Amino acid sequence: MSSDDLEALALLHDPVRRSLYDVVASRGGDVGRGEAAEAAGVSRTLAGHHLDKLVEAGLLESGFRQQERKGPGSGRPAKVYRRARGERSVSLPPRDYVTLASVLAGVVEALGAEERAEEVARGAGAAIAEGRRGEPVERVLGERGYEPYAEGGKVRLRNCPFHVLAEEQPLLVCSMNLALCQGLLEGLGDDPGRAALDPRPGECCVSLKQTDIDIEGG
Amino acid sequence: MNPPAMHLAELNIAHLRAPIDSAELAEFVALLEPINAVADAAPGFVWRLKESEVDPTATVVHDYGDHLLINFSVWESLETLWNYAYRSEHLAVLRRRREWFLRMMEPYMVLWWVPAGHIPTLAEGMRRLERLRSEGPGPEAFTFKDSYDSSEAVSLPAAAEARK
Repeated sequence: MSSDDLEALALLHDPVRRSLYDVVASRGGDVGRGEAAEAAGVSRTLAGHHLDKLVEAGLLESGFRQQERKGPGSGRPAKVYRRARGERSVSLPPRDYVTLASVLAGVVEALGAEERAEEVARGAGAAIAEGRRGEPVERVLGERGYEPYAEGGKVRLRNCPFHVLAEEQPLLVCSMNLALCQGLLEGLGDDPGRAALDPRPGECCVSLKQTDIDIEGG
Repeated sequence: MNPPAMHLAELNIAHLRAPIDSAELAEFVALLEPINAVADAAPGFVWRLKESEVDPTATVVHDYGDHLLINFSVWESLETLWNYAYRSEHLAVLRRRREWFLRMMEPYMVLWWVPAGHIPTLAEGMRRLERLRSEGPGPEAFTFKDSYDSSEAVSLPAAAEARK
């Protein structure tokens, strides 16, 4: 943790900034100022001010959207915002679990204990589901930062909660994450076969098959 | 003078549990064509060593022992290779590696930078892997975990040698 992290996160205490951040993060791509303003229910000017503050703090990144029409009369390229790729964490007093996790992941690799690690992860998933039988898995995953969204008959997960370690030890961490999601499904009384490895750049490595039952429609 | 554009070469070897034409390896062999197609279409893919232009299931024939399966390719960047290896259908195949390959105690994958347009030889790749094994990661032979960017490789004699 650095004092920068603390300052960046303190910025999110402001409800307008928080909702603008949430809007940009949940779209998963470039979001224009007008679009963000509308979704957060504030004026474009106010949204612009706060969005730029979030960029300054390193929580968002900004860029310019290519104009479809080029040349005179096409106007300035629109400024867009997206979530910054880095991550922030704060713990008081300072604790450094990422380094410990990285060391432990190294130990698993050195021992060739990947399968045991997956078993333990499956158990951890089941433990998360403890007392929540019957709840939709999307809700539980959402609470744990996976940011589920529907796409093409699947529930995709926009955010990998284990990002730093997954970059360092992708095979181990993604396999453990899959096992954890399967254990979670099982614990909720759902079908563990819904979760499968389905990685693509910039997202969590797991996706879930959409169930046949339409929960929204009842 | 601008430094030459650099590409990333990758070599990995795997120790087969059984002969490549055995029943135990049949599922793996069946996956070769679709997974190689994913690699060839992946962003940043430049080149890979193929045994045959017509038979997509033919594995590379070499002099390093029939029990070793060799993968050898060139990519535009670390990120494009990483995304192919770990953020595509390839990950699920990698996850099943213990079904087909023995666990290796030594590093089995090596990365190094080559000038764009240069295709390294398999012998060079094997030398780089040996170097990684004997000396640990450095700008001339490294891993994803301890990677070096191309600017650190440009000035090395090895890069100059490869350009000859």
